Amino acid sequence: MFVYADNAATTAVSKKVVEAMLPYYTEVYGNPSSLYTVGQKAKEALEDARERVAKLIGAKPREIYFTSGGSEADNQAIISAARLGAKKGKKHIISTKFEHHAVLHTLQALEKEGFEITLVDVHENGVVVPSEIEAAIREDTALVTVMYANNEIGTIQPIAEIGAICKAKGVLFHTDAVQAISHVHINVVEQNIDMLSISAHKFHGPKGVGVLYARGGIVLTNVINGGAQERGKRAGTENLAGIVGMTVALEDAIAHIDENNEKFAKLQDKLIDGLSKIPYSELNGDRNSRVKSNVNFCFEGIEGESLLLLLDDKGISVSSGSACTSGSLDPSHVLLAIGRPHEVAHGSLRISLGEDVTEEQVDYIVKSVTEVVEYLRGFSPFWDDLVEGKRPHVFKESSIA
Amino acid sequence: MALYSEKVMDHFRNPRNVGSIENADGVGEVGNPVCGDIMKIYLKINDDQIIEDVKFETFGCGSAIASSSMSTELIKGKPISEALKLTNKAVTEALDGLPPHKLHCSVLAEEAIKSAVKDYYDKNGIEYDPADFPEEHDCEHCCG
Repeated sequence: MFVYADNAATTAVSKKVVEAMLPYYTEVYGNPSSLYTVGQKAKEALEDARERVAKLIGAKPREIYFTSGGSEADNQAIISAARLGAKKGKKHIISTKFEHHAVLHTLQALEKEGFEITLVDVHENGVVVPSEIEAAIREDTALVTVMYANNEIGTIQPIAEIGAICKAKGVLFHTDAVQAISHVHINVVEQNIDMLSISAHKFHGPKGVGVLYARGGIVLTNVINGGAQERGKRAGTENLAGIVGMTVALEDAIAHIDENNEKFAKLQDKLIDGLSKIPYSELNGDRNSRVKSNVNFCFEGIEGESLLLLLDDKGISVSSGSACTSGSLDPSHVLLAIGRPHEVAHGSLRISLGEDVTEEQVDYIVKSVTEVVEYLRGFSPFWDDLVEGKRPHVFKESSIA
Repeated sequence: MALYSEKVMDHFRNPRNVGSIENADGVGEVGNPVCGDIMKIYLKINDDQIIEDVKFETFGCGSAIASSSMSTELIKGKPISEALKLTNKAVTEALDGLPPHKLHCSVLAEEAIKSAVKDYYDKNGIEYDPADFPEEHDCEHCCG
């Protein structure tokens, strides 16, 4: 059985999206900056896409900037806010400990330039406490940036509350909504969001295209310099087919949020209940305040990469936050931020559902994970030590509520 | 190219000499759960100083399991003197290579075997040159 359950990593482009994109490769291939007919047709399609995307999040078309994806949008939002702040002597930025690296590494680069960065705690449940953001805001705070939903553990943040606080304090507020836009209803006006990042490939759109929404009046700083595309704020000939594909995918995703959530909720319960039966395992992140497609577990005594390679042999595509899979030497910064010790964070597994995943496949995932964890524990000296009491357990034997 | 060679995947999927040996003549354990890998080697050594049997238990990634498996194959039935000459390079080559950030797994395998032999020497009061058993490398290089 083949099960793709890594939709938080990327998704398959839907047939409908591919079909919508094709004419922009072979028929309406003009450069939107060209003045002849095929160029102007491309320009019309570009502006149509802009209007439609704006409408989906409650923004104005002039507030939508097309980018190469979520990382670029995050970079540009943060750098822009930093430059605007610096002009007024504001060089303090607030964020969280478990942001995506597109945010954290941009903040680190600003720190080297002399900005002061405060990363608020995300607590054991992986949810920011708005009053802690409020308490961290200072006279010289230039920006608050908090992700809408975490990419690893799926926890949803109180964005509207944080937005209201930032508005009252007169501080710019950015949210990386890459993992949330297809799972949660977002309205940038109602939720007081000044800037927001989106990436198309997380909701059945193509890779290499995204959106930065920036409220009217916020003057962006260019990250890519060159031509006058995107009102002079993002140079480079527009990826029109990608932009059209993203627009169709986003309309589809947002139209089906409630329907999908209802379906995912049942499968999520099944996964959580099933995996909780594995002794000494625990769900990462709040059970309720999380996107319905995300399940993330830690299992004591095993290492995540071997777990996911053996699951791959069984046809299951999932991911892990172990050091070996993160490509760095440390396990996931997200799991460490919610207080998981290193040795447990190495044994993590993320399952992210897609619309095609069936109940039968979910049962297969639970059965396979249970078997593989038991198999790996069978020759793990770390597990032996836990069983023999030579090392302390982190989790209780049973996490069944 | 895939992450791992066919050889690594074969030893990962079908590890040789998995398990433990009761009343082993030498046992060596290296690594740390904080870093995400622990290797434990059990040796059965006969009067002729030959490694009659060897088993391993490993907590770690695919290449850690494959390196343990391969290194046990390389020393099984061999005299101790030969086992002590096993280098991480030999383990890596026998596996048709490891990705650069996984080379430390083969280092752990070499160290685990040396640690098990040292344990055998210590238990039996056999003298040895401490220079043959360098201190285990610390964990600092691999995790924070």
